[in-house]
Amino acid sequence: MDRLDRLPAAAAATPAIQVLSAEKTYPDGTHALQPVDLTIEEGEFVTLLGPSGCGKSTLLKMIAGLLAPSDGRLLLWRRPVAELHGSANRLAFVFQSPTLMPWASVQSNVRLPLDLAGTPRAEADARVAEALKLVGLGKFSGALPRALSGGMQMRVSIARGLVTQPQLLLMDEPFGALDEITRHKLDTDLLALWAAKKLTVVFVTHSIHEAVFLSTRVVMMAARPGRVVEQVRIDEPYPRTPDFMVTPQFSRYARQLQESLLRASANTADSDEEVSR
Amino acid sequence: MSKALPLMQQPRVQRVVYPGLVAAVLLAVWQGLVSGLELPPYLVPSPVLMLKTLVTDWVALGTALVVTVKITLLAFVVATVGGVLISFLFVQNKMIETALFPYAVLLQVTPIVAIAPLIIIWVKNPTASMVVCASLVALFPIISNTTLGLRSIDPDLQSYFRLNRATRWQTLTRLRIPSALPYFFGGLRISSGLALIGAVVAEFVAGTGGSGAGLAYQILQAGFQLNIPRMFAALLLISLTGVALFAAMAWLTRRALGAWHASENSHD
Repeated sequence: MDRLDRLPAAAAATPAIQVLSAEKTYPDGTHALQPVDLTIEEGEFVTLLGPSGCGKSTLLKMIAGLLAPSDGRLLLWRRPVAELHGSANRLAFVFQSPTLMPWASVQSNVRLPLDLAGTPRAEADARVAEALKLVGLGKFSGALPRALSGGMQMRVSIARGLVTQPQLLLMDEPFGALDEITRHKLDTDLLALWAAKKLTVVFVTHSIHEAVFLSTRVVMMAARPGRVVEQVRIDEPYPRTPDFMVTPQFSRYARQLQESLLRASANTADSDEEVSR
Repeated sequence: MSKALPLMQQPRVQRVVYPGLVAAVLLAVWQGLVSGLELPPYLVPSPVLMLKTLVTDWVALGTALVVTVKITLLAFVVATVGGVLISFLFVQNKMIETALFPYAVLLQVTPIVAIAPLIIIWVKNPTASMVVCASLVALFPIISNTTLGLRSIDPDLQSYFRLNRATRWQTLTRLRIPSALPYFFGGLRISSGLALIGAVVAEFVAGTGGSGAGLAYQILQAGFQLNIPRMFAALLLISLTGVALFAAMAWLTRRALGAWHASENSHD
């Protein structure tokens, strides 16, 4: 527990997530993630940024409890992730693909977490309607996923995440497969939701621009072995509009992250012979 | 689906009219050849004669048809229920599947003609023995397709269910079974045809006459008596039964899967 003492003084706010020397080694010896120490406070919008293979999705899945660390601990609201089971749906996970049930209507898809938790039908339907309105899909509750565009399917997925009124939203490259215009739109909408619902968001991406645009803090990661390289606070006010992306500050942050990414990759190249994959 | 399309350009109409035209042409050529070359009816009967025989011999043929259809449907139901239960058993545990799957394959690759005599000796009731034969033929596609379907789950969706602490039952009914349906219906289509083939083969091997005689027996008898038009009429009934089964399965699939599955939308 002595690690807690070394947390930054700014941690006066309640930590939502504490990653304590968590690491992941697969049985075949692959070191997916070197020990990571990371504290995320309530209300933060933290981006895990890095190239593929840097372990950013691994870290996110460990936070969600979908993957067990091979060593170290993870706490959510100061309690082990495993103990969280059985409590209310306080965290929601949004996958890289919409991950909807193709046989079920938009409404049934969004209602799924409530159905699984046994929420009464009338209450569930009301909350589904509210969540769909929140993502701008109020008119599409009866549609099947295949009738919607990729961006709309992703909105359904986000509505399904929000319907349980979680405090913590974990997103694994949610907009990676979308075209840039749609992605910008969803990024902006996501920021609005984050502010309105006072969410804590952990967002995985490989886009530097998306990371700078969204985050209060960027956690820069590098590959082979997967590790955290640097953390950068984005001290820019919200609400952020697309205009933010053409400001000098934005470019400065982007360049800083770009350089640190290059430095990290250069270190990786030296040790390439030792790496099996 | 648009109403503005002229009748002949609607896929629905085309699907009936085009094969119908082919049938008309083939029948005309057949009738023409038989008449033109003056082929005797004991070699090749004309389509007209075949249809006439169907009407005149309807009492015998109709009774036989009922017998064959009954065996086919019973076998199909047994194979479906049995196959689904075995699939559920298989997906419970990888070890069970590894241990038992080779035997399912063994059943599949053993020619039914070779084991039918044994089954007919072992099972006293002739109808039951034929149902057993036909079910054995129809069983495998249901097992393999349903097992594959129950395993073909989007891994992310499965994670999502786990994340939401879904029970085993919830995961089965809300995720595994719906995911398996397209595969299951694919298996049904193959299986329905195989059940008919199995029933006919079993009747051939059993060679039962009397009141329990099916269409295969009619074909055998007609062959002995060189009553070729009757043979053709019986053949026609078997083919029509197969087509009807396939159409019924296609209709059922469309009803059950509706709009959501890609296989049901590709040609509309």
